[in-house]
Amino acid sequence: MVRFVLQRLALTLVVLIGLSMLTFFVARIIPADPILLAAGPRASEAQIQLLRERYGYDRPLVEQYVRYMGDLLRGDLGTSVVLKRDVGPDLARYFPATLELVLAALLIGVLLGVPLGLVAAVYRDRLPDQISRVFSLGMVSIPNFWLAIVLQLILAFTLTILPFTGRFDRLLHPPPTLTGMYTVDALLTLNFEAFGTALRYMIAPAFCLSLGALATIARTVRADLLDVLGTDYIRTARAVGIPTSVLILKYALKNASLNTLTQVGLFFGYTLTGSVLVENIFSWPGIGNYAVSAALTKDFVPLMGVTLLTGFAIVLVNIVTDFFYLVLDPRIKYTS
Amino acid sequence: MADTLVEIRGLKLEFSGFDGVSRVLDGVDLTLKRGEILGIVGETGSGKTMTALSIAHLVPNGVLTGSVLFEGEEVLTKSGGALQRFRAQRLGMVFQDPTTNLNPVFSIGELLTDAVLVQKYGIPGWKLLPVGRWFNRRQRQQAREEAIALLDRVGIPDAAHRMNSYAHQLSGGQKQRVLIAIALAGNPDLLIADEPTTALDVAMQAQILRLIQELVRERNMSAIVITHDLGVVARICDRITVMYGGIVAESGTVRDIFENPKHPYTKGLLEAIPTDQVERGMLRGIHGAPPSFLKPPTGCRFHPRCPARMSHCHLHPPAVARIGPTHETACYLYTDERHA
Repeated sequence: MVRFVLQRLALTLVVLIGLSMLTFFVARIIPADPILLAAGPRASEAQIQLLRERYGYDRPLVEQYVRYMGDLLRGDLGTSVVLKRDVGPDLARYFPATLELVLAALLIGVLLGVPLGLVAAVYRDRLPDQISRVFSLGMVSIPNFWLAIVLQLILAFTLTILPFTGRFDRLLHPPPTLTGMYTVDALLTLNFEAFGTALRYMIAPAFCLSLGALATIARTVRADLLDVLGTDYIRTARAVGIPTSVLILKYALKNASLNTLTQVGLFFGYTLTGSVLVENIFSWPGIGNYAVSAALTKDFVPLMGVTLLTGFAIVLVNIVTDFFYLVLDPRIKYTS
Repeated sequence: MADTLVEIRGLKLEFSGFDGVSRVLDGVDLTLKRGEILGIVGETGSGKTMTALSIAHLVPNGVLTGSVLFEGEEVLTKSGGALQRFRAQRLGMVFQDPTTNLNPVFSIGELLTDAVLVQKYGIPGWKLLPVGRWFNRRQRQQAREEAIALLDRVGIPDAAHRMNSYAHQLSGGQKQRVLIAIALAGNPDLLIADEPTTALDVAMQAQILRLIQELVRERNMSAIVITHDLGVVARICDRITVMYGGIVAESGTVRDIFENPKHPYTKGLLEAIPTDQVERGMLRGIHGAPPSFLKPPTGCRFHPRCPARMSHCHLHPPAVARIGPTHETACYLYTDERHA
């Protein structure tokens, strides 16, 4: 087991190095010069040359890459040419906000998707199943940015029960930074009022982000549960008098949860990289907005940071999913 | 009759499918006495499994009519909680393939403890679920002890340790032992074993049969053993019911059937048992294939394959003829009514 973990981590390193090379060289090969943008339209040739040397852009590409990776190992993610700020602290500020949103979205997806699929399977081809089907289909068909605007209109503008945009009340202090995720920090410091406030700001964008996962999980749970409910071991359990509630919620659900777990792992990646639009509409100060503005200004150092961090998070979540497989199915064994 | 445990009368089962209606059971009558081991034999598709499943009211979405009385109580009208309690407390069922009948993702200890809690203590379902189980930890501990004793009784070595094993870590024979333990956890009155040894190797078959026989005797249970292997019934049964194409062809004691078979189908089955007197390559069988349920033969369902077929066999189904005090058969060879 320990060997497996080490192997997995080594593999993660390989993935990240590959990812860094890809991002680095692609970003530098495209004909765009962040230095020109940073220097401004009226900069003289000498000034531009100075900037180039200052940021090391005059060196050969491979040397730049090696230098970047060396800095990375020392924990230095480089400096944004456009913002003239270090990338590390920026990521530390924006990434937890997105992570919080994504985790909340996945939580909503599981908490609503699993019961929805369960009801659909139990009432197969009857009214609750049809409702669940239409709902799921609607959820995957509706673009999340459209729903974001509609929710904003209804909940914030007309009903005024939720705040319009942002992450926390401007007049209040957010909870002290432990993880950077306001809800988690508020809970950790037992500040329930702040938790409530953070939750009110988060609920609408998180719900919009959860749509895809919610619908897919509901359909997956339904299909897998129906499969399992048709197996011999469920019939045997029924024959020896195990109540239907136990058959479904315990004996069948655990068997049916493997694919759902896979979906959650995949949707972590999708949602993390696809949160930009929703973040934009709700002015959520997350990594999506940060990455888009960096991309628009050809500012590739922040982009590198975002890509590597996102990649790292996705790989990490995949490792965690692999471990949940072990918990769910005793037949799965990881051997090196 | 006070000593009758199960009485099945006029049991019919129909499935409506794409091509029409299949009559899988067509008027099955069957009586099981207390303390008796009854063997139901017949080819694949003779309706023996469906007959057994109907006792547990476990037939999958077909139209079931007729009557199944368990201690005089109608089973086929039971539903919901009453049906679940009936299955839990009065019945135990063991099926053919132990590999597919044991839940792969729960330890056998978990499954067996659940079975004890439900069948013996009548614990409501929610107390077996992740949160609810917290409310009966003490009872669960007690049930676990009983589960270990049961595992020990069905012949699992090192039972306490084996409780933490999963299905894939056990051999086929051990899995079937575990399934027998699960079936018997609530001390049922009736054990229904559907081809309990078919998926096992020959050496294991004898052991499992002996185990079933021992347990039935020692717990004063009755049992129905479904099989296509006449050797199995000869070894452990008291009475035999031979089924063909959804009806009972012949029934009687083991002695009646083996020493004095009447129905041509029964005779054919007995002749088809391989013996060492038969030369190599000289196995005997019954010509033809089991009847289609969509268009069953008219009259006696066996007549197209019957070596003793008479001119009127295809007209009407034969009535039951009584051969002896315990011996009956449905065949025109033994009825007076030639033109019923």
